[in-house]
Amino acid sequence: MKNKITINIKFITTILVAALLAYAIGIYSILPWWSFVITNVIVAIAIPQKPLTSFFSGALAIGLLWACLSMIIDQSNHHILSTKVATILPLKGSYITLIIVTSIIGAIVGGLASLTGSFARKTN
Amino acid sequence: MRLLPFLTSAIVTLSLVTVLNTQLSIGPTKSPKLGYFLSPQHGFWKNAEKVNTNFDASIVANELKGNVDVYLDDRLVPHIYADHDEDAYFVQGYLHAKFRLWQMDFQTRVASGRLSEIAGADKLSIDRFFRRLGMVYGAEQTEAAINANNPEMKSTVDAYTAGVNAYIKQLDPADMPFEFKLMNYAPEKWTPAKTYLFLMFMSYDLTGRSAAADLQLTNTRDYLGYELFDKLYTNHQDSLDPIIPKGTVYQKPSIIPIKPAIADSAYLHQTTAVAYTNVETPEAPNENNGSNNWAVSGSKTKSGRPILCSDPHLGLNMPSLWYEVQITTPTHSTYGASFPGSPAVIIGFNDSLAWGVTNAGRDVLDFYEIKFKDTTESEYWFNGTWNAVTKRTEVIKVKDSADVVEEIPMTHWGPAMYDAHYQNPQSKGRNLAIQWTAHTSSTGVETFYRLNRAKNYDDYIKAISLWTCPGQNFVLATKSGDIAIKQQGAFVARWERQGDFIMPGDDSTYAWQGIIPNEENPTIKNPERGFVSSANQKSTDETYPYYLGTASSFPLYRGISVNKHLIGMSNITPEDMQALQTNNYNVFAATARPALMKYLQVEKLSEDAKRMVTEMTNWDLFNSVNSKGITVFKIVWDSVEQAVWGDELAGSSIPLTKPDAFVLLDQMLRDSNWSVADDINTKDKVETLQDQVTLGIENATQKLLALEKENKLEWSLFKATKVLHLTKMPALSRLNLPIGGGVNIINATTENHGPSWRMVVHLTDEIEAYGLYPGGQSGNPGSPYYDTFVDYWAAGKYYRLLFLAKEKLIQHERTKWHIQFKTA
Repeated sequence: MKNKITINIKFITTILVAALLAYAIGIYSILPWWSFVITNVIVAIAIPQKPLTSFFSGALAIGLLWACLSMIIDQSNHHILSTKVATILPLKGSYITLIIVTSIIGAIVGGLASLTGSFARKTN
Repeated sequence: MRLLPFLTSAIVTLSLVTVLNTQLSIGPTKSPKLGYFLSPQHGFWKNAEKVNTNFDASIVANELKGNVDVYLDDRLVPHIYADHDEDAYFVQGYLHAKFRLWQMDFQTRVASGRLSEIAGADKLSIDRFFRRLGMVYGAEQTEAAINANNPEMKSTVDAYTAGVNAYIKQLDPADMPFEFKLMNYAPEKWTPAKTYLFLMFMSYDLTGRSAAADLQLTNTRDYLGYELFDKLYTNHQDSLDPIIPKGTVYQKPSIIPIKPAIADSAYLHQTTAVAYTNVETPEAPNENNGSNNWAVSGSKTKSGRPILCSDPHLGLNMPSLWYEVQITTPTHSTYGASFPGSPAVIIGFNDSLAWGVTNAGRDVLDFYEIKFKDTTESEYWFNGTWNAVTKRTEVIKVKDSADVVEEIPMTHWGPAMYDAHYQNPQSKGRNLAIQWTAHTSSTGVETFYRLNRAKNYDDYIKAISLWTCPGQNFVLATKSGDIAIKQQGAFVARWERQGDFIMPGDDSTYAWQGIIPNEENPTIKNPERGFVSSANQKSTDETYPYYLGTASSFPLYRGISVNKHLIGMSNITPEDMQALQTNNYNVFAATARPALMKYLQVEKLSEDAKRMVTEMTNWDLFNSVNSKGITVFKIVWDSVEQAVWGDELAGSSIPLTKPDAFVLLDQMLRDSNWSVADDINTKDKVETLQDQVTLGIENATQKLLALEKENKLEWSLFKATKVLHLTKMPALSRLNLPIGGGVNIINATTENHGPSWRMVVHLTDEIEAYGLYPGGQSGNPGSPYYDTFVDYWAAGKYYRLLFLAKEKLIQHERTKWHIQFKTA
């Protein structure tokens, strides 16, 4: 029981740290959009977790970050641009689908980055 | 480290990032880099502007001489108050860039043949066309002349350029305009050359139709022979109501152009037939590019003060060609529509007067056929000797592909646009040099710069006397009570039909024999009838001593409609003028419908056709949004035209020019037995106009029944007016607008073309002005200000324009934001 709680706290902490670092490095818009791959790898090396756990923490970190950021932006934009982009891409003009697609793309890349990081460690 | 899983995972991650960081091909287009595009901190989400954005800002700029205050009103129109003229243009450049940067980049790319650089080989044919047309060459001439002789304009354009670049310099890559991200390229520095290229593009848009029309007319003449051609494409318009009223006496011409003695056989009746290759060319400028403008004197208005109206008809695009601005400095205070890409106000008013423009439609572009000595194209035959050409090299960069180099032979006429290396279906294998007034250096910017500062009629005449290309009808109204209109430009003194077709390029007698002096350009000031007007019709009747060009360049009916209405009006208010600008009365149909009915043999019609004829006869002659009668009339008229001359034109392997509607209508009204009515395919029968009108209505009925089934008989559904984003992407455009109007209508709104800026100015002590354009002040598709005015525009409504002194504007309830520009 105690062990499980520790894992969960670690898991959540990893997500928060990875999301925070990804956000921070994202502020520097001169750096490429995939800079969070580096920060996720570093976090996965620094905080040891099982590979699959590491994948999910990285995926949730970026997926949730991108979902939150795009939702906040979209809300204060009254869906003006997201509706247009969701027509171009094409996602039938659905801003919700566009936010989900945004989040999933971030999640997959983020998860893979953390997975790579966790494999970079010696076996825990 | 677990090596194998690590490597596998690393490779998968890298591959995915690479794919998401690549533009993927989807058919002919390319996707954005998806990872980048969707990243909320880098991609398009950053362009999703808060609907309640606060535009207040404080900007430090070393380039400024003093401080500048900009107030934005509730429609996001900037009111610029500067202590120095150059500072005002610096800030205008900065604001153009802040709100319209991508459009400025894109439009000058089109003009300079640099689309392939960002879009790939797909756009190469368009780039080659503009390069060979001499767009860059013409802009270079203007830049060189202004740099050498015009320090005032140079410093104006330099200040504007510095303003654009100051914005670009501070621009965070994440805040780059949406379209750069979509198409995956970055803004580059602005240059004065780009301003001149943009103005060159306006010359192309308004006079470049000849580049297609001269070839088409030549091919049509070749196909039909000159005699039939002259019947179908006659230059005589029975019902013309010219800009300068009929009966005006013109002074003796200072140039009497002499037609070469052998021109009848060697030019007019000469025909050629050569093989051609099939190459795609860009769309020619729209045949409806035109405009309305008029001014009524105090004698006809309720207030006793003049009212001026101007609505330029151009392609309807977003971001709009226009950007509203007020510029106030110690030397002048001006408001109006400006071009993102150029300093000053283009159509507008100041505290003394108002001005507007319509296109003159005069022919200022000709082709000369060149004979090269050999395939090196280094010498050409002229006046009995071989003359050397110089080669102009233009390098077109192509994305993901090798550069394409154009070696354009330059003759004394101008660039040999078409040669062995560049052909299209219309050029038919000929070597053709192009002579165009837009290739000569121009001081167009200075005309607007001076109009912005003009105080009276004399200032206006001085300002427009500098204008060369594209020829315009400049209308004027002053607070002091003057109204005037002048057709101004560098117009060629032509003999009848000179340059309508390709001319021989080996004989100097076909050359232009001079440019008509400004004093002889059609002008009228304070006429007795109390108004001046233009709607792209011929400026004068046939007593004017110079040839104006082919009749197809001069739409006839809008002018008749404007004048008819203005003659009948008195006690005019600005509201009356708004109603006239958005008037949908169809003056063409008013004449053409009874003509059709006269020839119609009702007893021969089917029941369906009779029903359609009833729909047409019950129509109130207004092209209104819900009208079905206009749709029926339009399709019937087109079918009758097709029945009358479709057979004559059908056999050609390349598309020929369609004769103008007035040609058939004038014939019908003359009640003559017109030989063209006969169907040349029926040898044993001679068809009459009666037969063709009846046949046309029967053919039209089939189309109309199909439309009825689709529920598309209502005019606005049939016409489907749209304001298209410059990339033509539907998602970024406004489609299916509920608006009436059409060809020949004062409200000249067609499918993707029409009044691109509507302005009504009442010259009272405190100017009372109204206006709007179908777009919004922000070019950002993610901004609520992107399409703000579109619905209002479609509904025929107007905004009251805020034109106030600084102290009053600051306190005005519609003033929302303040941007301060400070020197360092």
